[in-house]
Amino acid sequence: MDLSFFSWDLISKYVVAGFWFSIQLTVVSTLGGILFGTVLALMRLSGKPLLAWPATIYVNGMRSIPLVMVILWFFLLVPIIIGRPVGAEYSANITFIAFEAAYFSEIMRAGIQSIPRGQVFAGQALGMSYAQNMRLVVLPQAFRNMLPVLLTQTIILFQDTSLVYAIGAYDLLKGFVTAGKIYGRPEEAYLLAAVVYFILCVSLSFLVKKLQARIAIIR
Amino acid sequence: MSWDWQVFCKNTLEGTVEATCWAKGGDQTYLEWMLQAWGWTLSVAACAWVVAIVVGGLVGTMRTLPNSPIAVRIGNAWVELFRNIPILVQLFIWYFVVPKLFPSMRQVPGFLLVVFALGFFTSARIAEQVRAGVQALPRGQRYAGMAMGFTTAQTYRYVILPMAVRIILPPLTSESMNLLKNSSVAFAVSIAELTMFAMQAQEETARGIEIYMAVTALYALSAFAVNRVFAFIERKVQIPGFIVAGGTGGGH
Repeated sequence: MDLSFFSWDLISKYVVAGFWFSIQLTVVSTLGGILFGTVLALMRLSGKPLLAWPATIYVNGMRSIPLVMVILWFFLLVPIIIGRPVGAEYSANITFIAFEAAYFSEIMRAGIQSIPRGQVFAGQALGMSYAQNMRLVVLPQAFRNMLPVLLTQTIILFQDTSLVYAIGAYDLLKGFVTAGKIYGRPEEAYLLAAVVYFILCVSLSFLVKKLQARIAIIR
Repeated sequence: MSWDWQVFCKNTLEGTVEATCWAKGGDQTYLEWMLQAWGWTLSVAACAWVVAIVVGGLVGTMRTLPNSPIAVRIGNAWVELFRNIPILVQLFIWYFVVPKLFPSMRQVPGFLLVVFALGFFTSARIAEQVRAGVQALPRGQRYAGMAMGFTTAQTYRYVILPMAVRIILPPLTSESMNLLKNSSVAFAVSIAELTMFAMQAQEETARGIEIYMAVTALYALSAFAVNRVFAFIERKVQIPGFIVAGGTGGGH
């Protein structure tokens, strides 16, 4: 074990670029995932079979196959669909939005269902349309109720971004692996990667706990 | 584009289509290779599941012990450690770093190291569920055990754990399915399992879509089978009149 090879130079050369990609991928797929996930949840709760069925099949399908396979699928399919070769990073973004939408939709569905019926009736009594009711009454509350769960899912998502290793995208883990290879110290690099992921995830979950205490609605 | 399902009947060495989809002698068709890979996926997942249940059960129980703050701390630390590092990084550490640091681990086959990585990773999640399950029981259950003159071990064995296990069966189901899906990361250390097969066969045959479809179907089928087995167990151990609190496992 020799950590002396580890220097600022190494970090700025190999790790920082990967770190930013991991963060970018996490942020983009969280936002995109919540957006499409909410749409999927609304489709499933719409009561219209033509909308509910496709959404249900999509969500359950995505949830029953390993993320690595989804990453491989999209890496294969995206270039065919858009008709030109794309980089692993581009493909990773699309994959994670599509994959995480399935998980976020389950969270949003639970959130929407946690809103008491009386709230919906109150909106209707005020003469609100379905869209207004959703946008002004139901979704803001559902979102607030589910915020801690959404953020916990984001931490899991952040850990999962390391799986883009399968298609060779340059993320945080790849940054460490590359540095370890170039300096001939792969074992130390793996350990450092573990420490960095650990610190990031633990601090994030600590923040989520703090937030949870602050935003909890007292009933 | 057109389908070419014959790719599965191709000999992996000569690339010729075998009439029976089953190669003679020492050769192999892609179909045979895939079924073998499926076997590896199932073996890795099954062995890791045993590790995860045993370790997760122990750690989870430890975290609920009364009057033993040290055991609770160790249990909590265990869960935090294994939950906050991505599975792929943990796998690399087991596979590359552990044998380097501990020379005695060098004889351990790679298959077992992957099993440990997946098993311990999942054990943290199961420990969390076991803790939640035990704490979901009314305090009176524990007191009832004490009033009967049971030791702590007996209280857990006869009163608390039988109920807690029933409570956590639904989240345990999804965690077991997650374990099966997570076994796909073993491709990164070249275990010949389904994902590894998918990547290699895709490259060799250039029939990625057919190969991926078959592999995806096998994963979905396996996950579904796990689901059914657990549903069966759940029905079998159900206690009439005891309504289990609903719970869902997060993550994947």
